[in-house]
Amino acid sequence: MIPGTFEYYRPSDLPEAIKLLATHGDDARVMAGGHSLIPMMKLRMADIPHLVDLQDIDALRGIEVSSGTIRIGAMVTQHELIADEALLKAAPIIREAALQIADPQVRYVGTVGGNVANGDPGNDMPGLMQCLDAVFTVQGPDGARDIAARDFYEAAYFTARADDEILTSVSFKPQPGGYAYEKQKRKIGDYATAASAVLIARDGKVCSGASIAMTNLSDTPIYSDAASQALIGSDLGADAVSAAVDAALAEIDPAEDGRGPIEFKKHVAGVILRRAIERAISRA
Amino acid sequence: MSKMHIKMTVNGKSVETLAEPRELLIHVLRERLDITGPHIGCETSHCGACTVDMNGKSVKSCTVFAAQANGADVTTIEGLGTPDNLHVLQEMFKEHHGLQCGFCTPGMITRAHRFLQENPNPTEEEVRFGMAGNLCRCTGYQNIVKAIMAAASEMNAAREAAQ
Amino acid sequence: MNEMTPTKSERAAALKGLGTSRKRVEDSRFTQGKGNYIDDIKMPGMVFGDFVRSPYAHARVKSINAEKALELPGVIAVLTAADLEPLSLHWMPTLAGDKQMVLADGKVLFQGQEVAFVVAEDRYIAADAIDLVEVDYEELPVLVDPMKAELDDAPILREDIADQKAGAHGARRHPNHIFTWEQGEKEATEAVLSGADVVAEETVYYHRTHPCPLETCGCVASMDKVNGKLTLYGTFQAPHVVRTVASLLSGIAEHNIRVVSPDIGGGFGNKVGVYPGYVCSIVASIVTGVPVKWVEDRMDNLMATAFARDYWMTGKIAATKEGKITGLWCHTVADHGAFDACADPTKFPAGFMNICTGSYDIPTAYLAVDGIYTNKAPGGVAYRCSFRVTEAAYFIERMIEVLAIKLDMDAGELRKINFIKKDQFPYNSALGWEFDSGDYHTAWDKAMKAVDYDGLRKEQAERVQAFKNGETRKMMGIGLCHFTEIVGAGPMKNCDILGMGMFDSCEIRIHPTGSAIARLGTISQGQGHATTFAQILASEIGISADDITIEEGDTDTAPYGLGTYGSRSTPVAGAATAMAGRKIRAKAQMIAAYLLEVHDNDIEWDVDRFVVKGAEERFKTMKEVAYASYNQEIPGVEPGLEAVSYYDPPNMTYPFGAYVCVMDIDIDTGEHEIRKFYALDDCGTRINPMIIEGQVHGGLTEALAIAMGQEIAYDEMGTHKTATLMDFFIPTAWETPHYETDFTETPSPHHPIGAKGVGESPNVGGVPAFSNAVNDAFRAFGVNHTHTDMPHDHWRIWKTARDLGMHD
Repeated sequence: MIPGTFEYYRPSDLPEAIKLLATHGDDARVMAGGHSLIPMMKLRMADIPHLVDLQDIDALRGIEVSSGTIRIGAMVTQHELIADEALLKAAPIIREAALQIADPQVRYVGTVGGNVANGDPGNDMPGLMQCLDAVFTVQGPDGARDIAARDFYEAAYFTARADDEILTSVSFKPQPGGYAYEKQKRKIGDYATAASAVLIARDGKVCSGASIAMTNLSDTPIYSDAASQALIGSDLGADAVSAAVDAALAEIDPAEDGRGPIEFKKHVAGVILRRAIERAISRA
Repeated sequence: MSKMHIKMTVNGKSVETLAEPRELLIHVLRERLDITGPHIGCETSHCGACTVDMNGKSVKSCTVFAAQANGADVTTIEGLGTPDNLHVLQEMFKEHHGLQCGFCTPGMITRAHRFLQENPNPTEEEVRFGMAGNLCRCTGYQNIVKAIMAAASEMNAAREAAQ
Repeated sequence: MNEMTPTKSERAAALKGLGTSRKRVEDSRFTQGKGNYIDDIKMPGMVFGDFVRSPYAHARVKSINAEKALELPGVIAVLTAADLEPLSLHWMPTLAGDKQMVLADGKVLFQGQEVAFVVAEDRYIAADAIDLVEVDYEELPVLVDPMKAELDDAPILREDIADQKAGAHGARRHPNHIFTWEQGEKEATEAVLSGADVVAEETVYYHRTHPCPLETCGCVASMDKVNGKLTLYGTFQAPHVVRTVASLLSGIAEHNIRVVSPDIGGGFGNKVGVYPGYVCSIVASIVTGVPVKWVEDRMDNLMATAFARDYWMTGKIAATKEGKITGLWCHTVADHGAFDACADPTKFPAGFMNICTGSYDIPTAYLAVDGIYTNKAPGGVAYRCSFRVTEAAYFIERMIEVLAIKLDMDAGELRKINFIKKDQFPYNSALGWEFDSGDYHTAWDKAMKAVDYDGLRKEQAERVQAFKNGETRKMMGIGLCHFTEIVGAGPMKNCDILGMGMFDSCEIRIHPTGSAIARLGTISQGQGHATTFAQILASEIGISADDITIEEGDTDTAPYGLGTYGSRSTPVAGAATAMAGRKIRAKAQMIAAYLLEVHDNDIEWDVDRFVVKGAEERFKTMKEVAYASYNQEIPGVEPGLEAVSYYDPPNMTYPFGAYVCVMDIDIDTGEHEIRKFYALDDCGTRINPMIIEGQVHGGLTEALAIAMGQEIAYDEMGTHKTATLMDFFIPTAWETPHYETDFTETPSPHHPIGAKGVGESPNVGGVPAFSNAVNDAFRAFGVNHTHTDMPHDHWRIWKTARDLGMHD
């Protein structure tokens, strides 16, 4: 498995990187940790004449946690997410999800930006970000703009990011309530057979906020507003949970692969989602 | 195909070589620098046989381009101990029969070395999770886990003795 | 005796001989990254070869155009079948008496088949050149399902032999049919079945999988045209056989070929066969005059080099109402892929599948195996087992469980009723084997006690009740297995490969100062031969294992042997080692007697020395004898102390074991958790308990993989679906359970030290134990539910639960 040739660039700042994309157009691609891209290049399923490595751009690093917002630079690795204590306090679902991605070595180099930007439906962060109602900041020749995670994904590997833009950070609000990231996979290193991110806020006995998203059950992540609404205002009892599960399942469209046929995936999605909701409730 | 000038620190020594940007770090180490401890097992970043330490992190060198590694500080199994002074992990893998064919062993020990720096007192479950990026076909892992647990105790005992 | 004189037991301990958990001598190199594996080998001027492979499972190759590839700077040559044909090397013989295309000769028969061999200055250029070779294919209908191979509309795969009515193993009834192999008594078995109280029937599919050693296959071929010698380094489990085959194929005299197996990064059967990469590398080195390296990548390995299993086994087992088995019938359809490249002894086209009566006293049995061609990769190697023994053990251990359901009996009790009894050994099985020794009841009782079997069944019954009460969704399975292997191939009277008898060998030289080197015809791939063979020898000749070097794998220096696979190293080469050691001792006895000035018969062996009978203060150590043998004139005795033994075993050995797996199954997700795995092995005399335990851990983990998810899968177009380690399941430390090991020790009566071999037992016994646990978890939920096929991955387990109505 030998990749094809490419010209390599390692810009030291964002404007330089954006300029490279402008110069080479469709022939250029940015690379963060490279652990999605490089295997594709080695299999010669991706041909990238101009490869722009983002590792030297300090502006893409860092985790900022304040009372109102959390900002994570695109080049922050899964390992850094797991290790960050302030982030754990502000949004513990991030660590829970990140620990279920790939394996230790891959988590050292796999980044938030790479995971959310390339549009692979198997990646865990897109669904998580939709659950968190995160905003992705992208920067291009015309400056920066924000795109809601829930509006970002159009189809497998197709996103709202333009080819000449670079995803620079993700931002979202701290999440004080109950949470769970539940994932079924065949083994460490596998993508999800089904995975679900759930956040639940409770005011006394009443659910005051809920957010439900799912991973690898369609060609994009699925944020289910209907499922979230089924919980909000409810007592979080069995009927409400079932209603939420049913609502979410109505929105998924899994494909058959080595993990199993569609019927199985739909069933497992329901089980995993129910478990995530119940665990989130137990923590709310 | 044009080559680029790659400078790295490998096992504490500055090295320079010419390589195409697309060359994989594992090939640069093995073919250009004659560092053949790390091995090639799966080529899709699943098996960990190619694991090296790069800038303080365990990485799978089959999934790193030479160009990306330019300027990096790399440690391989060859940098962990000397024949006269083996690393504790090397000793414990021998002591507890933590290897058979030996092909996964360099990656396994290199990964364990980083893991124990981050978690000096792991439980067996933590060892299994922390080593889950490295496949072994021979041992069934039981003695690898045992060796790493034993190395952790030895290293902790040595640290306490030094204090 | 003064207190400084070591006691007998201290002297024995100092030898680090049989029974010692001696640390491995291999490990210093491996832990420091100083192993020398095939891809570590570099030679001056070496170039790199790689294959253009077929994207199709069945297609005619209309043309191959290498012009653009040859224009790429750094590309040296592109070989096709047309280039090999003048040398008669475009096809090669397989180990199973068939032939196989080295490079596509007019058509391709499986996806990933070798079409052209590109030789370039390095592997990057070779990879670029592969993309530039233009091959014009015309797709043909694909045959994936062996059950459809003989239908009227089935495509004919092997046009080269379509009109041959007989192959290497007898009559062929269809162009896609390879052989029918029958054992036992058909009519008698059918008569038993028709008159039986109870007959249980089942079709058990042991799916296609792959040994997938962590190191792939590869070689470096170097033809030195100056002195006419070919050196071939490679990942060979049988280097001497490779030398002979290379000589026969190439016409180069055998003394001009040196084959070397360097360190091998796991074999598990994958490295027994001869692959097109070896042939092409040799030809390319002859053509270019420089050394040529070929090393597969992982996809090549999983797609093109030898797979394992793929047996469709239909069984009928007859018994009395009380559970005494009276007969066993088995018909197997064996999917061999495009070429019959099984690695089996010549007279056994289905290997030792006729061990399928298992550990049981079954008076009447019949087995028939039909080999079939399909558009899949060739192979059929013994993946950590002795020639189809895993298939046989899986078959009988599933059939026992099916019969237990039919009889409404406990499956453990049913086994006990039918075990061959200790006093029946040596036992002649209905399918033709003489089991050398065994004590199954003792092993079984020990295992049942160790796991508290009755307690487990009680817990399981409570769990079933809890499920029915709606209190749990996790079912509990208890997987039992009692397996009997047949290893150590084998006696030359019935075992050969390509006509070469399956003996093995050991040659020992004692050095003047009392250390030694021993060379063997085998080759370690992780089994620790350098450690354990020295232990055997230490106990035989009284020289510490630490003072004995073991060397294998270089055909220029090692004695001829058939290599390491099928757990044959200890039973055959281990025996040769002991026998050669005894020759050393016999000569040493003459020398010692002369030195002690007594008659040969007046001295006796005592751990590490010869002592004068009745006067143990008068002795000569082996060390002293060794020195004298080189430096003192001994009347009537040649100088030196060397010996060689070629050992032709009188029988196979029959290791056995009792395994218990306790597993929880989540019926909603299909996930499983292994709560307990107990493995009792009886491999006869135990040479190194530490290494035995390591072999058991490793074999069980390979069994876990096979049973619970690992498979080579194709779609209906013959496209390979599991060609990377994303989809081909190899468990990590996280998915692998903790194992408890145990043993009994029933020495082989015919082996010089009583050892039987152990490397493959845990795979042979492990697969049925895991699979039986899954099936057992569902036993209470379906009257007619008797079996689900492996691999028991999440969705298949889920499907079983669904089919049984457990999701309703």
